[in-house]
Amino acid sequence: MAGGDTSWRPLARPLLIPAWLVIGIFALLPVLLMAVYSFLTKEFRGGVIWDFTLTAYDQFFITRGLFGDEAAQVEWTYITIFGLSILQAGICTALCLIVGFPTAWFIATRPARTRAVWLFLITIPYWVNLLIRTVSLKFLIRDNGPLNEGLMSIGLIDGPLPLVNTNLAVQLGLFYSYLPFMVLPIYAAVERYNFALSEAAADLYASRWTTLREIVLPVVRPGIVAGCILVFVPALGAFLAPDLLGGAKTFMIGSLIEEQFKGSQGNWPFGAAVSMILLSLVLMALLIYARAAAREGER
Amino acid sequence: MKSKMTTAIDIRDVVKTFGEVTALHGVSLGIADNAFFTLLGPSGCGKTTLLRLIAGFEDVTSGEIRLFGESIARLEPNRRPVNTVFQHYALFPHMSVIDNVAFGLKMQGMDLPARTARAGQMLEMVHLSDYADRLPAQLSGGQQQRVALARALAPAPKVLLLDEPLSALDLKLRQAMRVELKQLQEDTGITFIFVTHDQEEALTMSDRIAVMSAGQVQQVGSAQEIYEAPVNLFVADFIGETNLLQVEVHEVREGRATVTLPGGHRFACPSAPVAPGRHALSIRPERVTITPGADLSATVDRVVYLGSDLQVLVRLADGSPFTIRLQNAARTEVPGPGTRIGLHLEEGAARLLAD
Ligand SMILES: Nc1ncnc2c1ncn2[C@@H]1O[C@H](COP(=O)(O)OP(=O)(O)O)[C@@H](O)[C@H]1O
Ligand SMILES: [Mg+2]
Repeated sequence: MAGGDTSWRPLARPLLIPAWLVIGIFALLPVLLMAVYSFLTKEFRGGVIWDFTLTAYDQFFITRGLFGDEAAQVEWTYITIFGLSILQAGICTALCLIVGFPTAWFIATRPARTRAVWLFLITIPYWVNLLIRTVSLKFLIRDNGPLNEGLMSIGLIDGPLPLVNTNLAVQLGLFYSYLPFMVLPIYAAVERYNFALSEAAADLYASRWTTLREIVLPVVRPGIVAGCILVFVPALGAFLAPDLLGGAKTFMIGSLIEEQFKGSQGNWPFGAAVSMILLSLVLMALLIYARAAAREGER
Repeated sequence: MKSKMTTAIDIRDVVKTFGEVTALHGVSLGIADNAFFTLLGPSGCGKTTLLRLIAGFEDVTSGEIRLFGESIARLEPNRRPVNTVFQHYALFPHMSVIDNVAFGLKMQGMDLPARTARAGQMLEMVHLSDYADRLPAQLSGGQQQRVALARALAPAPKVLLLDEPLSALDLKLRQAMRVELKQLQEDTGITFIFVTHDQEEALTMSDRIAVMSAGQVQQVGSAQEIYEAPVNLFVADFIGETNLLQVEVHEVREGRATVTLPGGHRFACPSAPVAPGRHALSIRPERVTITPGADLSATVDRVVYLGSDLQVLVRLADGSPFTIRLQNAARTEVPGPGTRIGLHLEEGAARLLAD
């Protein structure tokens, strides 16, 4: 393993160059660009003027009235959008976990041959573009779509359920979009799980429930954490589901950012600033988690 | 010896099938309380399956298992007063050593101070007190094995099941652990059911041994019984080293048979109940001495130096290979290759086997 065979050492540096290039070009550079843009002045009809300013951040956090002539106050509009987005993404993560864990468990405990089939079935819808899938979902749940028509025809409801343009519809869209990102890492963890541990727990008088809580969940936790991060982070920045399923009433961070880079209404520095604030929130959350995990490791 | 012989585990006509595969073909065994009982057999003969049935991880296809007289068929594994030392230990990787050992006690509802004290005692017993706060991954194989042992013994089960617990250890450690395990069993008085494919391990530790093959029990007995009086070809071949010769059997009466060796030598020996005809004869190599002028003659092929012993490979009159074991004592005279020698079979050296 790492550092075992020292004959590799002279090769290590050159071999790492591609990795560094990829990380540099595709990860660090865009973030750096965003950071820089967020401190520039907006050009009307998109683009930036290379003048350093804090206007974008000021616009996010502070309001001085509609005409900019009142005393500075906290601007709640965007903070509220952040709060609601975090709530939506959090609920989405919880739902994905509740549904994804049993699904992953089910797949991982099938015989080796059928596992691949199940995984394939889970991922099939994701070969279709997300936009198409989200629009299809809208067709499914709209007033005269198959869901409402079906429910009405069997007499369960009298009129169509108003689903489109609600938070519920957005939630459904998010859940549907990100479920596999929960299932796959948990599947990988459960597949590696040594079921003799569950037998050992049962042997030592643990009930099934206790075994799940005290043995299974802690051991597969890295998979659960990975799944939660992989769902929460993109759900927080999602814009397709809120745009297409939520309409004008439900606005999420993703839509807010998207809007800043679209057409003549755009404001690139503001969009960049919102992105930077989102990024710092996510990084802070990950950092807190990493420290908590490290502290537990020391114990 | 033991004051009274209660039966801890009574296994009756147990059959276990996995789909097409039949792992156990009607196994019946009685295992006495306070005994060190060993299931011995080659890999794949159904030892683990039998243990898992006793532990409750599998259900019998037919037959019955009784624990101290009561059927345990309906009892979930977590309700059986039986603990297991798993083949690969199955220690909980996210728990410290002491938490592993205390787990069963916690599940039994023992409070924290009491279970910490008891787990501490168990660790002391397996000489791991200094490692209480480590994680299993930070221990050597031998240490992990001891933790598994302490964890299984902590709740004071009535029966302890051990599935090849020493197979992953190196020879020295394995030999030391044999003695410790045996000592532990005697000290605690808990019934041990020990699974191994290593006949030496079985012979050195067990009060009683069940020799298994192909999902069936071939013979049950003390180490001495199965070594000295194997009932059939499989047991004789599997336990220890032996010479197997096809012989002509003339007469079997009162447990003794008159036989003729391939080279024509005729003599009488203890026998399993078989009909006259051709059968296998087992001759233990260490029960044969080189005696000038003895009736059975042979030619030396090769002498193999084994340290404490010498192995003399010879050919009988008809050319069939035959092995003798001599103690490497100062007075031992070693014949050179090509020498013609006489062989004397001591009483109990030869035994006629059932097929
Ligand atoms: N879960 C199972 N499914 C199918 N076959 C099994 C299973 N467990 C054991 N077997 C089969 O039962 C036989 C006995 O296995 P096992 O009890 O593990 O043997 P041992 O422990 O003596 O090596 C083997 O042929 C094995 O392949
Ligand atoms: Mg086995």
